[in-house]
Amino acid sequence: MLKVDNLNVRYGAVTAVKDVSLEVSEGEMACLLGANGSGKTTTMLAIAGALKASGRVTFNGEDITSLSPERVLRKGIAMVPETREVFSDLTVRENLILGGFIHRRNRKKSHQNTEQMLDLFPVLRERQNQQSGTLSGGEQQQLVIARAMMSQPRLLLLDEPSLGLAPAIVQHIYEFINKLRSTGLTILLVEQNANMALKNAERAYVMALGKIAKKGDAAEIAASSDLEALYLGS
Amino acid sequence: MSTGTLIQFVLDVLSLGSLYALMALGLVIIYGILKLVNFAYGELVMVAGYTLYLLNATPFPWLAMAAVAILVSIATGIMTEFIAFKPVRAKSVTAVLITSFAFSTLLQNAALLFISPRARNVPLPDIFTRSVEILDVVIPIRNLITIACVLLLLSIFSFAMKRTVLGLALRAAASQFRMARMVGIPANMIISLAFAISGLFAGVVAILWLGRIGSVVPGIGLEPLLVAFIATVIGGMRSLLGAVVGGYLLALIDVSFNYGLSQNLLAFRDAFTFTFVILILLFRPSGLIKGHEAGQRT
Repeated sequence: MLKVDNLNVRYGAVTAVKDVSLEVSEGEMACLLGANGSGKTTTMLAIAGALKASGRVTFNGEDITSLSPERVLRKGIAMVPETREVFSDLTVRENLILGGFIHRRNRKKSHQNTEQMLDLFPVLRERQNQQSGTLSGGEQQQLVIARAMMSQPRLLLLDEPSLGLAPAIVQHIYEFINKLRSTGLTILLVEQNANMALKNAERAYVMALGKIAKKGDAAEIAASSDLEALYLGS
Repeated sequence: MSTGTLIQFVLDVLSLGSLYALMALGLVIIYGILKLVNFAYGELVMVAGYTLYLLNATPFPWLAMAAVAILVSIATGIMTEFIAFKPVRAKSVTAVLITSFAFSTLLQNAALLFISPRARNVPLPDIFTRSVEILDVVIPIRNLITIACVLLLLSIFSFAMKRTVLGLALRAAASQFRMARMVGIPANMIISLAFAISGLFAGVVAILWLGRIGSVVPGIGLEPLLVAFIATVIGGMRSLLGAVVGGYLLALIDVSFNYGLSQNLLAFRDAFTFTFVILILLFRPSGLIKGHEAGQRT
């Protein structure tokens, strides 16, 4: 479904992502692991069209490498960034409405999608008229996932959904993610919490210093002895 | 202060403040999205003014002329984005500032070359020169028209920003531009929309401003630009509400000095006003209303 070939991303003179190639098949969850600064988020942002990149990104056989973020979204790829980035001045419901911006002309569908998300995330229904900037970290994480789902994507790019959240909340967030997966959604997950990611994903890639250092079946990667070494950069 | 003077004072503040608020809002709506000051903003006022002057020779009713002038201002606003901002907005801030200055100079020089460096009278309906008496106070009707027009426009604008998807999209883009694009809001559309709204406000400002001064000159845009800039700095560059508050506050300061300063000190009114503005900024360096801390340039 998603195929990335020899992706390179530069920040000025620094090459943050070097020749990254990866694949995600329809309906599967793949995870991208690695230490801080290994290039995971940069890879995600380049796939989402938010960063200029060289190489080739194809989605369902179509080249999407040089598309803008809004056009990538229209192709069916939505991203949940690690910094969450709720529209803090807007209410929870308004954030969801904007998540469905591409369906805005079909008011009935947009309304149905909003109600569906509020059913899926009950805490958001409770807080639907609250300013999203006042939500807790866990609630904001649920909101940005629900907002991304409003565009009805076929592939969800999830960047560090557990970042800065208490273990109990992380468990809760992964329950939601698995619920979304059960609907057939394809997910590419970036995580520092390797155990949590490998437990849930089928395929895994480990990045180090901007390159793919290891790839394979998630269970195999979890069992491999050099995962810690890759994280520590040794 | 007698009741009559108080009424006059309040109406003076409200009418001047309404104009200032609209000027500031037109500037800050662009700043909110692009994080850049549009230095060609004042020229939108000039373009609307000259359109009104040129339409004087036509048989159209005045309201139609005013509507066309506002439409030309909107079109020029959108053109500013296409000519001065879009080709360079992904480059450096300096490049955009220079092109925005250049476009402003180009429009001013076009007016000098093709029309005249001298002031040209614009057509105005009689109502702009008439007055009414309220509690023994003579109030120019144009002041009441200004207050009514701006309040109506601000109400519609506020409703649109809160209740329409495009309004929400504009607010979202002003706070998190990249994220707004990642939820599917098209960058070009939202930027053009901001320039169109800015042009609309500048057009309305032009009509109401010309209603006070009666004539247009190539440099007419400088004062609205300066006022808008100061008002947004006082109110907060990142907040639409701040721009409105800043506009009314600047008018309050201006009018208070007009009323309070003796005749020989009145010539130095601007010096007093700016001292007051500096004092406000010493205590509130980010302006009265903070708005969004994190905002990315496009």
